[in-house]
Amino acid sequence: MTDHYYDSHDLAKFGDIGKNCPDLAKKFFDWYTAVFAEGALTVREKSLIALAVAHAVQCPYCIDAYSRDAMEKGADLDQMTEAVHVASAIRGGASLVHGVQMRNHATKLGM
Amino acid sequence: MAPPTVPSLASRGAPLASSAAQFEALRRLPLAREFEAALDAAGLPPLRPTSIEIFQINVGKLCNQTCRHCHVDAGPDRFEVMTRQTMQLCLDALARTRIPTVDITGGAPELNPDFRWLVERCRELGRHVMDRCNLTILETPAHRDLPEFFARHAVEVLCSLPHYRAPSTDRQRGEGVFEKSIAALTRLNAFGYGAGDPERRLVLITNPVGAYLPGPQASMEAEWKRELARLHGVRFDALYCITNMPISRFLEWLIESGNLEEYMERLVAAFNPAAASGAMCRNTLSVGWDGRLYDCDFNQMLDLSTGAGVPNHIRDFDLAALESRPIATGRHCFGCTAGAGSSCGGKTT
Repeated sequence: MTDHYYDSHDLAKFGDIGKNCPDLAKKFFDWYTAVFAEGALTVREKSLIALAVAHAVQCPYCIDAYSRDAMEKGADLDQMTEAVHVASAIRGGASLVHGVQMRNHATKLGM
Repeated sequence: MAPPTVPSLASRGAPLASSAAQFEALRRLPLAREFEAALDAAGLPPLRPTSIEIFQINVGKLCNQTCRHCHVDAGPDRFEVMTRQTMQLCLDALARTRIPTVDITGGAPELNPDFRWLVERCRELGRHVMDRCNLTILETPAHRDLPEFFARHAVEVLCSLPHYRAPSTDRQRGEGVFEKSIAALTRLNAFGYGAGDPERRLVLITNPVGAYLPGPQASMEAEWKRELARLHGVRFDALYCITNMPISRFLEWLIESGNLEEYMERLVAAFNPAAASGAMCRNTLSVGWDGRLYDCDFNQMLDLSTGAGVPNHIRDFDLAALESRPIATGRHCFGCTAGAGSSCGGKTT
């Protein structure tokens, strides 16, 4: 065991999750593969969405994986940075929009 | 701002200018297996040609650019160029065959003073001619008329463009390259290139701008067509995605950036038997600026000429002997067999 929670080499062990409950793992990985196939969205667009979500959920494995993947799919650094801003804007906006709830309470309670 | 490009390895006297030093840098890596073992494990025999369909002539290392990933180590400071006498030997050899395609590369091949002469003679022999063009050369005063020349001789033009936006292109190829490239593409379009006419075929070639594999060619081609039309009004016929080979200046960058071992591990892990079967060395003969013969342009840059007992200079050209030659392989060959495969014609699977 390491004395820290995340190790970049562990990403390559993701498949080991199927050593238990292999049927569930297979369903997950098959579905995951299908999700990222070319469709109504291009593989580059899907990769940028994945990169943005990786930042929103703050998954270091996903950030490593989809930084590389987005570049391999033809995204450049400006496009990747814009995707991260989109994730950040939604995260920030999600907090800020709760200010409406705060204002509703404050308006009701206050004079 | 793109980082500045640097002079060629050769003119800097860098150790990696020597092919022996490049082999040694690759040999030191603890790879999971050798290329020949990968072929064997996939049930593939050692590589031999199918038939020679592409006669690739590297007319010299002189170039107006010094791209950071260049496998030729080309640049304005390189002066090795093919003479007209050696070109004539190529034409004599071609005339004795039915090899349909002549692929002219460099450097910037257009900087060879006999480039146009060579194109005209190849066309007189009835061969399809491809020119590997860096685009910016078409914006220099001495070469601005080349789009018209290409159109007149039905030359297929294959142009390097790493990305449809400026930042990545300029990072790999030098500041201002993207803007000039778009100007050149616009002029090629004006001469009918990129509109689906087989006699005005315009191909773009993209290499990754870093230590990663190229993306899916069909998807990227569709996206590039849409984006280049939307952003710049440029059209083209096809996009080829090519893997960067771990040799020469790209090898130097891999070492300096600390990416070499991981990049090679990735190439080895992505070995694709189908890509090996379709490797370009199986249908290509590569001629160096001095007339020496090679299996491909990469082996040429590593001084790996066609083997013992086989003609290794164009003056000794023998099609039957060359079509039965063993192909020289090494760790660098994992670059052509990773993923969807990579060749001068894009993916190979």
